[in-house]
Amino acid sequence: MYEPQISDVIAREQVSGTRWPRWLVAALLGLAMLLPYAVPGASAAPNPPQGGMPPFPALTGPVVDGAHLLPADVFSSLSQKLAAYSRETGTQLVVVTLPTLKGYPIDDYGYQLGRHWGIGQKGKNTGALLIVDAGEKQLRIEVGYGLEGVLTDAQSFGIIHNVIIPHFKKGDYAGGVVAGTDAILAVLGDQHQAVKQRQVRDRSGTGFLMLLMLFFVLLPLIRAMFGRGGRGGPRSGGGSGLGWLALGMLGGALGGGGGFGGGGFGGGGGGFSGGGGSFGGGGASGGW
Amino acid sequence: MSEPRRVLKCAALVALASVSLLLSGCGINTIPTYKQQVNATWSQVLNEYQRRTDLVPNLVATVKGYAAHEASVLEAVTEARAKVTQTRIPADILTNPKAFQAFQKNQATLGGALSRLMMVTENYPNLKADQNFLTLQAQLEGTENRIAVARRDYILAVQQYDTELTTIPGRWYRSAFYGSYLPIQNFTISQQAQQAPQVKF
Repeated sequence: MYEPQISDVIAREQVSGTRWPRWLVAALLGLAMLLPYAVPGASAAPNPPQGGMPPFPALTGPVVDGAHLLPADVFSSLSQKLAAYSRETGTQLVVVTLPTLKGYPIDDYGYQLGRHWGIGQKGKNTGALLIVDAGEKQLRIEVGYGLEGVLTDAQSFGIIHNVIIPHFKKGDYAGGVVAGTDAILAVLGDQHQAVKQRQVRDRSGTGFLMLLMLFFVLLPLIRAMFGRGGRGGPRSGGGSGLGWLALGMLGGALGGGGGFGGGGFGGGGGGFSGGGGSFGGGGASGGW
Repeated sequence: MSEPRRVLKCAALVALASVSLLLSGCGINTIPTYKQQVNATWSQVLNEYQRRTDLVPNLVATVKGYAAHEASVLEAVTEARAKVTQTRIPADILTNPKAFQAFQKNQATLGGALSRLMMVTENYPNLKADQNFLTLQAQLEGTENRIAVARRDYILAVQQYDTELTTIPGRWYRSAFYGSYLPIQNFTISQQAQQAPQVKF
């Protein structure tokens, strides 16, 4: 969306002969290279729904009650509990209720929804989903790669059949969801307490690396260009433009590597978002 | 005297930086990157198949306790597992159609034998009530699901890689730099899976 504007700018310079400073053009070019990193989704959405799969709902919070199974008070207390758990432990559990999957297998849908939202921490994949498909009367606990050892398939199976389904069979959906969530949280415990501190340290490490890069790569480049600009006279003009181009591109590459990758945790009331975790089909399913 | 040399050095540095950045921006690393993705997804496939193989002995022992006279079904599972564990996986399996198909066939046979075993267990209420069996059943279901996911990820990664090898500019990069990168075998839906399961009474 932005690229045509930039090439327009360049084209205008060439056609009308307006003297745009070379460094500005180069910097704009560098910015253009940065665009695919900066615009989320521009670098291909990871898992767009394919043939026959119902669309993924929006991740509006840790509880997405698309089938309206939960009364308002249960919804808000559950949301607060799960958001707090995510903040404190770095492990994300999200409850999703869907009106119908239109016959699409829930095992197939679950891991793709988890990947689409990126539930759990990036790299650690500490996410889990409790998915209830009200239309087909089936449910699933989907477990991220990083939690497969803690919340095993057999435990998920047990929670579904012994804790949740008895409630669901009586039509008590809110009770089943709350009891199931509590059971999952009890199994997960506070295994990932140390995660938060480590995350902060990681980030400062990246910052230091970028500072180093700035010092040893960018500063000499700038100095070389300005130093020559003063003395070299008209002959050095072309080289200087190339230098600015390189600088712009380097900026683009650095920006892409450092800043914009995975998201942090929203946690709080409004801003809950996935951390970039992935799923591999672990968990269990059941019907009532 | 030293001034021109310094300018030259700076120009060389700038040229090197811009050339390497330009190249990395227009896809010279794409083939090795996709190859790494294929390798990673393949490891995951092997990992999940191994998980299933490891489940079999416990499962067979548990079912035997309740349904000893289903000998033929149990034996088929044991044999299929033995075939899987005895067949060596060569290092070049991904680019070796014969070895790849043999691997796929052995795993499909084991999968078929296991699904028949699970079908038979429906007839034994005492077995279905055994806590140990329920645990194993949940593990097997989860493992089969993981295998399906791992296979799909592998299929997508191979499609991406093979397409890159055969389309421009990947084709040019391959002929110039990556001659040793061969097309990789992909999973096909097996004959067994295409036929509807037969239920015998």
